[in-house]
Amino acid sequence: MRNKECIAMLLAGGQGSRLYLLTQQIAKPAVSFGGKYKIIDFPLSNCINSGIDTVGVMTQYQPLMLNEYIGNGQPWDLDRTYGGVMILQPYQASKKADWYKGTANAIYQNLNFIDKYDPEYVLVLSGDHIYKMDYRAMLDFHIKNNSDCTIAVIKVPQEEASRFGILSLRPDMSISEFQEKPKNPKSTMASMGVYIFSKEKLKKYLIMDEENENSSKDFGKDVIPAMFNSGERMFAYKFEGYWKDVGTIESLWEANMDLLGDKPEFNLHDSRSRISSRNYADPPHYVGFDAVIQNSIITEGCEIKGTVINSVISEGVFVDSGAVIKDSVIMRNCIINKNVVINYSIIDSNTVVGSNTIIGEEKESSSGITLIENHLIIPSNMKIPSDVMVDSKYISKNTGAKE
Amino acid sequence: MSTAGIIFSNIHDENISELTRMRTMASVPFGCRYRFIDFALSNMVNSEIYNVGVITHYNYQSLMDHIGTGKDWDLSRRSGGIKILPPFITAYAGEHKLYTTRLEALKGIYTYLQSLTDDYVVLCDCDVVCNIDLRDIIEYHIEIKSNLTIAVKQVYIVKNTMDDTEIIESDENGRITDILTAPFFESGYKDINLNICVFTRSYLLKVISDSIVHNHSHLSFDILQKNIKKERYRVYKYKGYFARISSIKDYFRHSMDLLNSEVRTELFRVKNRPIYTKVRNSPPAQYTQTAKVSNSLIADGCIIEGIVENSILFRGVKVNKNAYIKNSILMQDTLCGDNVDLNCIITDKNVVIRDGRILSGHETLPFVIGKNGIV
Repeated sequence: MRNKECIAMLLAGGQGSRLYLLTQQIAKPAVSFGGKYKIIDFPLSNCINSGIDTVGVMTQYQPLMLNEYIGNGQPWDLDRTYGGVMILQPYQASKKADWYKGTANAIYQNLNFIDKYDPEYVLVLSGDHIYKMDYRAMLDFHIKNNSDCTIAVIKVPQEEASRFGILSLRPDMSISEFQEKPKNPKSTMASMGVYIFSKEKLKKYLIMDEENENSSKDFGKDVIPAMFNSGERMFAYKFEGYWKDVGTIESLWEANMDLLGDKPEFNLHDSRSRISSRNYADPPHYVGFDAVIQNSIITEGCEIKGTVINSVISEGVFVDSGAVIKDSVIMRNCIINKNVVINYSIIDSNTVVGSNTIIGEEKESSSGITLIENHLIIPSNMKIPSDVMVDSKYISKNTGAKE
Repeated sequence: MSTAGIIFSNIHDENISELTRMRTMASVPFGCRYRFIDFALSNMVNSEIYNVGVITHYNYQSLMDHIGTGKDWDLSRRSGGIKILPPFITAYAGEHKLYTTRLEALKGIYTYLQSLTDDYVVLCDCDVVCNIDLRDIIEYHIEIKSNLTIAVKQVYIVKNTMDDTEIIESDENGRITDILTAPFFESGYKDINLNICVFTRSYLLKVISDSIVHNHSHLSFDILQKNIKKERYRVYKYKGYFARISSIKDYFRHSMDLLNSEVRTELFRVKNRPIYTKVRNSPPAQYTQTAKVSNSLIADGCIIEGIVENSILFRGVKVNKNAYIKNSILMQDTLCGDNVDLNCIITDKNVVIRDGRILSGHETLPFVIGKNGIV
């Protein structure tokens, strides 16, 4: 078989612990976003839109949902006879069995997968970000500069720079300094967690890193600095466009809100770079006689009879008459009964909210986002304040005390 | 119980010629995101029929494009799956040999039917919208040892409405006593043919081979009506929701039926029997600050800035600011400019209504704007 020019390795094993209730049973890349998507749809769609048809997806934390969702890769056109998408899980070998100990170790353990396709370049991605990117342009940049490692960077605000890996650049875009989450950032160019390596160099440094007992087996902390310190050719590829790390409840909410507006910050209605997702054969959504829908997105399968303002509503959600949803994200198959008021909240999938219940507070007066777990049944006439996380324990505790 | 499916994609094309000029009846868009064939295909797949042949006649490019490999219906399979059966013309055929009737179409796929191993064959047309469990008909067919079982539904027929509806009369045992083609001499409740029927395959093959040697050409006239007394023909009385589209007026009326929640429940929200269609991966519908929508069905990919009432919007429709759309059906990627005013309009795919245009039809005669039209 012909070898592949470039294959992608997608790190999807992360827990995303700062998403709390949303990632108790699923891995972060399987978290819902934007009505009909999951976070992993973005890197997978970017790959196929960039002409990369071989993707290894490394899963580890709560992989069931993610593995089922990816399936044979058909929704992304990644069901190929040679290549396509492949789930790579930690495995038992004759001498030892290991979990993935870090991002670098995860790829180290799958070097045989990379060797099988014998690519010249390896694209390393993470399943934590919302963005549309043409990896082909980055690969061309990598090839043109005869680079050993190219890191995609994006300009971030000065005050946020210390959350990221920060790169200082020379005028020719080669990297002059590398700081991982610095207290005093010297630049505002942040690494997006998208790397292209020339395969032989990647292999060499992964093997070196594996043998180094002091290493934490992480790309940003160990492999990239090691390559840099050895003087390899390293370049930064500047990405301009929408990119968001959705690692926290707030940033996930913000990213959803970025889809709204007359000219949304992040536009999904662009047929040239369409994001694909697994489809559930839902009928079109119905809007009732007295429904009010403003500045929102509504997905197929919904029945909206109440009011929806500044919100993102996923597939199959029922909003009964008199209910008001504002500044919120409602995930798949939730049922919102009569006269419910929901403000500044994220409600995970398959939750039923009983009539007249009030969740959260107006965004302006609220102290934070209210987060509701999946598959929960919230009784009628409850009042859930802002900035709380609601699971079944919360419900039983608070209904017992109810008058 | 193993059953194969045959779908006729072209029969009834002329009933809604406004929408079938460039496509088959099977690929006429319906209900925001579907095409007529989706109902026939989904009914088969949901009834565990995974071996489906689609008979085509002409204009079938759009149908082939819609079906693709069949994977959206889970019919992309190594054994069975979906097969397109285009007209089979041998070198010996004269110039007028393209079939004109159902029976002639079946003659054309005689070898295909012979090659099947299934005991029963379900035949379905594409002018019917329903969510039916075909297993019920097949089980009934087997139980009563019928050769042919036709699904019927009792509806109110209005005098002198001429179309190609067939009326099936039967006795108390469900035995068919008469088959009448478009005989609307009086109004009243009649059992009409759903154009869904089950044949015992061996009997179907016998009928076809017999028609070839006797040069029969019409299934109802030459075969069924003549053999009613001696053969085992039965009816299956279907009780659920069903809409038969035999005119553009029907198309309009039954599209608007979907705004009724009971109809949607019976059609789209039956447990384990969803209606599948080709996946387009449109993003969810986007409503802006100025949007005002009531009693409408909206597909993914729409961008709505204006007012929409009692309407059906297909994927990728854009309604600009101050546009006022009521009682209309806008198909895929229709663009309505600023200040447009539409009432009882059907736009085919990719229609552009430029800023400020005011158009109105009437529910008795909706105004149809053809594919790629610019007003």
